[in-house]
Amino acid sequence: MTADRIFTAVKVALALAFGMNIAGLLGWVERKQSAVMQDRIGANRASIFGLRLIGLFHPIADALKMMTKEDFVPKNANRLLHAAAPMIALGFGLLCLAALPFGGTVTVAGRLWSLQPIESSVGLLFVLAMLSLGVHGVVMAGYASGSNYGLLGGLRGAAQMISYEVCLASTLAAAAFLYGTLDLQQMVRWQGHSLGGWLPAWGIFLQPLGFVLFLTAGAAETKRAPFDVPEGESEIVGYHVEYSGMKFGMFLISDFIESIVIAGLIATIYLGGWQVPWVTTLDGISGGILMLISFTVKVLLVLFLLMQIRWTLPRFRFDQVLDLGWKNILPLALFNFLATVWAVYLWGGR
Amino acid sequence: MSETTETGRRRKSYLLNMGPQHPAMHGVIRLVLELEGERILKSDAEIGYLHRAFEKHAETEPWNNVVPWTDRLNYVSPLINNAGFCLAVEKLAGIVVPERGQYLRMITSELSRVTDHLTCIGASAMELGAFTVFLYLIKAREYIYQLVDNITGARITTSYTRVGGVKGDLPEGFAERTREVFQKVRQAIKDSDLLLTKNRIFMDRMEGTGVISKEEAAAYGITGPFLRSTGVPYDVRRAHPYLLYDRVDFEVPVGTTGDNFDRYLCRMAELEQSMRIVEQCFDQIPAGKHSLEVSEMKDAFVFQDMGKGGQTALLKKYMAKVDQTLAESGRNYRPDILLQNPSFVMPAKEDTYGNIEGLMNHFETVMWTWGIKIPPGEVYSAVEGGNGELGFHIVSSGDDRPYRVRCRPPCLNPMAALEKILPGSYVADIVPTFGSVNMIAGELDR
Repeated sequence: MTADRIFTAVKVALALAFGMNIAGLLGWVERKQSAVMQDRIGANRASIFGLRLIGLFHPIADALKMMTKEDFVPKNANRLLHAAAPMIALGFGLLCLAALPFGGTVTVAGRLWSLQPIESSVGLLFVLAMLSLGVHGVVMAGYASGSNYGLLGGLRGAAQMISYEVCLASTLAAAAFLYGTLDLQQMVRWQGHSLGGWLPAWGIFLQPLGFVLFLTAGAAETKRAPFDVPEGESEIVGYHVEYSGMKFGMFLISDFIESIVIAGLIATIYLGGWQVPWVTTLDGISGGILMLISFTVKVLLVLFLLMQIRWTLPRFRFDQVLDLGWKNILPLALFNFLATVWAVYLWGGR
Repeated sequence: MSETTETGRRRKSYLLNMGPQHPAMHGVIRLVLELEGERILKSDAEIGYLHRAFEKHAETEPWNNVVPWTDRLNYVSPLINNAGFCLAVEKLAGIVVPERGQYLRMITSELSRVTDHLTCIGASAMELGAFTVFLYLIKAREYIYQLVDNITGARITTSYTRVGGVKGDLPEGFAERTREVFQKVRQAIKDSDLLLTKNRIFMDRMEGTGVISKEEAAAYGITGPFLRSTGVPYDVRRAHPYLLYDRVDFEVPVGTTGDNFDRYLCRMAELEQSMRIVEQCFDQIPAGKHSLEVSEMKDAFVFQDMGKGGQTALLKKYMAKVDQTLAESGRNYRPDILLQNPSFVMPAKEDTYGNIEGLMNHFETVMWTWGIKIPPGEVYSAVEGGNGELGFHIVSSGDDRPYRVRCRPPCLNPMAALEKILPGSYVADIVPTFGSVNMIAGELDR
């Protein structure tokens, strides 16, 4: 019993480490990928003993810079809320990671080990709930800053994220209905079989519309371009305009963490999670490692796609984002749900 | 602030101070906004953060020394300012630049217009979040800056024109280089066109925002792409041809609705027209004596010694080799690019060193209170700048320096019209609208 608890604690810690490390890496990817797209070289000056490693040390340099900067709190800010906001934004984002199925179950040393940090029969609801709670950080930051710019950003963030929660949930409802479960691990297992003997039964093939909608709504949920309305750096600078130092850094990371969570959800629900195509039995240590690699690669691919979108498209206007959510994505998501229900009724689940 | 509307609802508004420390305001404009939620009720633009007293300064300098100050007006298209100022002075003096000099001014002006429009479109796109487009266009602009650097020796502070002509001739192989660069620029424009023009997000941001009617635009005295987007085909190059614009074939693109998207399309179309003009100029330009054999060059000090040694007859045969930073400057005094009139133009170095008349002439043009003297009078002359009609109103008292210079900055009028355009739209609409004004503070605040 105790061993189980320790193992779970280790897994949760590793999930957090996974999130934080990929977030740091994303800082580098963002620079380098945009540089490649824009015919630039990108940041490559940070070095340790002359070793530059194509700029891989920049996230470390950034972190050091953030931590050593002055922590400035405006005079008419609410100190308590001002300090709590970044923690809420980042904390709830990180919590989502603990529920993602990084791998299935493997038999090592005569017992079963689950590679999902927290096994829950309502994992999907847990992730959605944590994502929703993260909104409070944005609103709080905007409100507590005592600045009109921050307030505008906070209001925009609240409206946008709450709208897109609805879209996310209604898109996922179709997937949950198809898989017949809210357990993320079960969803991945469901996608293990193949269609017609060769096509993996991944959500992206069974729910193509759902995948596109979820990707769009997910990109909006992460508040990154083209949906970076709450930040809108050239318009209102954003809800974190009055933040500096590591508190600002936490907002920065929380955006990346949210991207990772969304990418993790997409990988889990639409890309077969830890499943490796055409490999039906994964077990033992090598199988476990293969699962982890498969999941990570899928997450990174989705992140690459999100990054590519972010550096290609201009920003929406505040009201246009809400129009897109309520008038386009939500009806389509509901249609998708109804179509799925009909399909499952006619042809039956698996 | 709160007020009660007729229906008895209390309307609450608040002030938002946008700028000068704001990314979209370029650090030089302050918009005082009265907002209700995200909607703008009132907007008040405060200008003057980059006031450098250009007009007053011009009164203290000899005529030719004003040219460098004009670089700092619209620093994105300095060559148009150079040409504009010198054209006004020449109009007052009643002199006409040799044909090749006029073509050179046209070529450089149109190159500058391309850089201006590239910057404007790129910066507006960047402020809307399309950072990639910005870098594509700025890269294209960089190629043109290199061309400008080849002609004038500077990328931005060009100071290319002189009263009576231009500073230097084209470097060798310039036309071919320009055609190569235009290929790259056209590719960049095509890429940006693909990324923006049919992009639904971009269209939604630009269409129907920042709308101004023909009548309002005319009432505010707006010119340039901002006016043409409303459908008025007013272009100084077409309406009041200066230089040799009546000899080249170009179109004046106009819009229909006068919104941000039309202004964007107008600028995109004008890029192509400007490049067409440059290419036509290369076909039409009369040949110049701009290439010299190496054997004809001598070090500057050798040159000086020859003059002191009385070998003045030899001087005419050689040309002074000067410091790298002054390269091309020795080629100034060519009759095909600079008017040969000792009252307005410095004599060639060969004459200064070579004969007594040239020497006297030289000192007459540079000595304190002598200099070139423009006949007394008053003149207004306008050129088509990147943003619209760039006018110079010059008063001369017959002295060696202007009595009064008044610059009509083309972006002042659309800035003034912002208080009419912005109210009723959202805070987010400020960005594209302000971007399409193409406010250049150097010119706005002078």
